[in-house]
Amino acid sequence: MDAVISGWVERIRQAAAEGSALEIRGGGSKRFYGQAPQGEVLDTREHAGIVAYEPTELVVTVRSGTPLDELEAVLHEKGQFLAFEPPRFGAATAGGCVAAGLAGPRRQAVGGVRDFLLGVQLIDGRGDLLNFGGRVMKNVAGYDVSRLVAGSLGTLALLTEVSLKVLPRPVAETTLRFEMDQRAALLRLNEWGGQPLPVSASFWHDGLLTLRLSGAGAAVDAAVVRLGGERLEEDEATALWLAVREQRHSFFSGDGPLWRLALPSDAAPVDLPGVTAIEWGGAQRWLRSEFEAKQIREVAAAAGGHAVLFRGGDKAIGVFQPLAGPLAAIHRRLKNAFDPAAVFGRGRLYPDL
Amino acid sequence: MSEVVETMEPGANEIDFSRVDRARLIEALARVLPPGCLLYDQEDLRPYECDGLSAYRQMPMVVALPETEAQAAAVLGVCSEQGVPVVARGAGTGLSGGALPHAHGVLLSLARFKKIVRMDPVARLAIVQPGVRNLAISEAAARHGLYYAPDPSSQIACTIGGNVAENSGGVHCLKYGLTVHNVLRVRGLTIDGEVVEFGSHALDAPGYDLLALMHGSEGMLAVITEVTVKLTPKPQLAQCVMASFDDVVTAGNAVAAVIAAGIIPAGLEMMDQPATAAVEQFVHAGYNLEAAAILLCESDGTPEEVSEEVGRIRAVLEESGASEIRVSRDEAERLKFWAGRKAAFPAAGRLSADYYCMDGTIPRKRLGEMLEAIQGMEKKYGLRCINVFHAGDGNMHPLILFDANVPGELDRAEAFGADILELSVSLGGTITGEHGVGVEKINQMCSQFSAAERTAFFRIKAAFDPDGLLNPGKAIPTLNRCAEYGKLHVHDGQLPHADLERF
Ligand SMILES: Cc1cc2nc3c(=O)[nH]c(=O)nc-3n(C[C@H](O)[C@H](O)[C@H](O)COP(=O)(O)OP(=O)(O)OC[C@H]3O[C@@H](n4cnc5c(N)ncnc54)[C@H](O)[C@@H]3O)c2cc1C
Repeated sequence: MDAVISGWVERIRQAAAEGSALEIRGGGSKRFYGQAPQGEVLDTREHAGIVAYEPTELVVTVRSGTPLDELEAVLHEKGQFLAFEPPRFGAATAGGCVAAGLAGPRRQAVGGVRDFLLGVQLIDGRGDLLNFGGRVMKNVAGYDVSRLVAGSLGTLALLTEVSLKVLPRPVAETTLRFEMDQRAALLRLNEWGGQPLPVSASFWHDGLLTLRLSGAGAAVDAAVVRLGGERLEEDEATALWLAVREQRHSFFSGDGPLWRLALPSDAAPVDLPGVTAIEWGGAQRWLRSEFEAKQIREVAAAAGGHAVLFRGGDKAIGVFQPLAGPLAAIHRRLKNAFDPAAVFGRGRLYPDL
Repeated sequence: MSEVVETMEPGANEIDFSRVDRARLIEALARVLPPGCLLYDQEDLRPYECDGLSAYRQMPMVVALPETEAQAAAVLGVCSEQGVPVVARGAGTGLSGGALPHAHGVLLSLARFKKIVRMDPVARLAIVQPGVRNLAISEAAARHGLYYAPDPSSQIACTIGGNVAENSGGVHCLKYGLTVHNVLRVRGLTIDGEVVEFGSHALDAPGYDLLALMHGSEGMLAVITEVTVKLTPKPQLAQCVMASFDDVVTAGNAVAAVIAAGIIPAGLEMMDQPATAAVEQFVHAGYNLEAAAILLCESDGTPEEVSEEVGRIRAVLEESGASEIRVSRDEAERLKFWAGRKAAFPAAGRLSADYYCMDGTIPRKRLGEMLEAIQGMEKKYGLRCINVFHAGDGNMHPLILFDANVPGELDRAEAFGADILELSVSLGGTITGEHGVGVEKINQMCSQFSAAERTAFFRIKAAFDPDGLLNPGKAIPTLNRCAEYGKLHVHDGQLPHADLERF
């Protein structure tokens, strides 16, 4: 066994024996996200590098501590990319990207992290090194543990390797801008969503709807003719989508609490005080608001979704929407199945996990 | 890593259910189900004794056919109270024995859950009951210009509940994803009969991704009572390119070349010569029978997009050494090209008394190697095998032809299949791409996963179903079973499976 891995196994077993906690950390870029981290830091960056990459297989396997920038550069050379456009928010690593489970502007069009995750190698809370899933597109042998750990924020296991599906970069891309209010934008986005149009991202804020089209040249050209709108210069468009992904767009500046509401795409504009931006065809709504958490959560739940206190605010009210029905008990038992001594990510997702 | 697992762990041994009291069970179920929803006469049970893998047969103790979620919950309540195993069943088209009944258990059929609860063309989703057939969803969505993308070949018959439980795929999954990529929310019942919802109509839900975990869980975690599927806008046009190749390795390389060119076709399927010869007799798809292999490569989208992509596909296939290329000229011809591929299973059924369908997935670049190995196995076992596969995803469906009435052929077919599966694992792949483990591939799970990994699976199951009542004995082999299999396995790949009733 690799020296780094066996060192980690030892550390985990010791922590379990002592009853102490570990904070699994890659680049620390998502440290702001979730409840406050607890425990001693276990830095994954000493376990870095691409294990296997074969562009014609559309799969890359990387060690968890590999910088995301490095991974994307290698994919870029072969004309491929991580289609879910993971945000960096700093020096992100591949393992952290999977554990955080955050996706960028292309989420509605292509899927999220879990949709591109094919397999993982991990160390559980007992110090066992385990492999789940694999490096092939279709695999139903055993429960889908890989997708279960996507977005688990380091609370179930220490990821050591991840295998991700990659895609060819789209041949053509064009960004259009339309002036319209929120209600009209939501109507339009849902209407376009029901048509065979190559929409790959959308962003609405302050009376402007920006739409990205990606795909075959002919498909993008035909859609541009059909949709009209104002066409953005390539540089401006690239900068805009990067700013949206990295939350450097002016909407995201400021220190007030930033809420993320995941809603059905056709949900009506949320009736809450604050400033709004919309992504993912209406399925992701950002809200800058000092309003009461409880009511924000109620509005989100009534609309069929949930609300996350993404940045800022008072984490004491709970970053994530409480779990309904038997889900809380299932979560506790799953946590216990992977990490009985609660070594990993103590309290990061929910206080009792 | 230590392979020693404490005996107290779930999944060390098979659970013994022989003490289930039939009379007491029937009495309790009769109290919660309306008349006509409970079967226990031998003759009535017969239709449920197997699924699509008919080599395995087992009569259930009783069949429950609830009509409402509350009735299904009550059935589960009775079973959990009395410690009775429960096997959920959709249409019974599964190919791995996932819905094979338990001798001391209830076969819980969801056949009466046939309602499309809501079709929402604006949000592009459909809420359906689990017994709704896959194709029925697309048919109902058609008038809105939408469809449900995953299209297993069994889509006329198989149910959405079964699709979720197996994470089924189809010929268009390369571009549109598997079931797990096209389902937003699953509502189900825990073994205690409690309602639970996984996922939501938003793109994510709080907590762990239990929605993903439900996919491919083979009825072992919860009973599905409602599913929300994503609907996709129907492409304006589809066109199919059919390319012939003089040898299978060149054809395999052409598949890689298409992907390398940055093309993700709507479908990319391969058939070898024995397969084209078999289907051509029945469907007259116009396949080139001289070719060692043919590829079917589909493009869909707007007319402009399709014409651009077909041009690119054509160029790549020519460069990759195709001996003949034909592009479908109209919808009728496109369907004709596909008719052969879709008729592969029935054709095998007509060629041979029985056939055994395998489902390994391997990295695409190993396709040639696998095909050569299969040729060797045909000689070794004295049986023929025809090959059709989802080449784009490396998911192979070798169909081993045999006759169950000829003594010894069954065992040879099984050993042949086991060889293919073990080779899939050693080539870096998996024993099952879309058909599930069920009872069929349970021994090969011992090769694919370590004892610690299998124990982790049992712990996950226990988090949902602590007493192991949901579909026991399927998908994940007990540690003892693997110990047995491992021991016997050393003896030259002879697999006696002493504890299973066979063929
Ligand atoms: C000719 C033919 C072609 C096929 N082609 C394909 C193909 O192209 N791709 C593919 O992926 N598969 C294919 N299959 C396999 C099969 O059709 C799929 O696995 C299908 O999803 C099974 O659905 P079903 O309703 O028949 O489920 P069943 O066979 O009844 O059950 C399958 C499993 O799901 C569980 N289950 C069923 N309903 C529920 C529920 N409501 N809640 C919880 N668990 C449940 C059962 O316990 C069992 O484990 C094919 C089968 C045949 C016979």
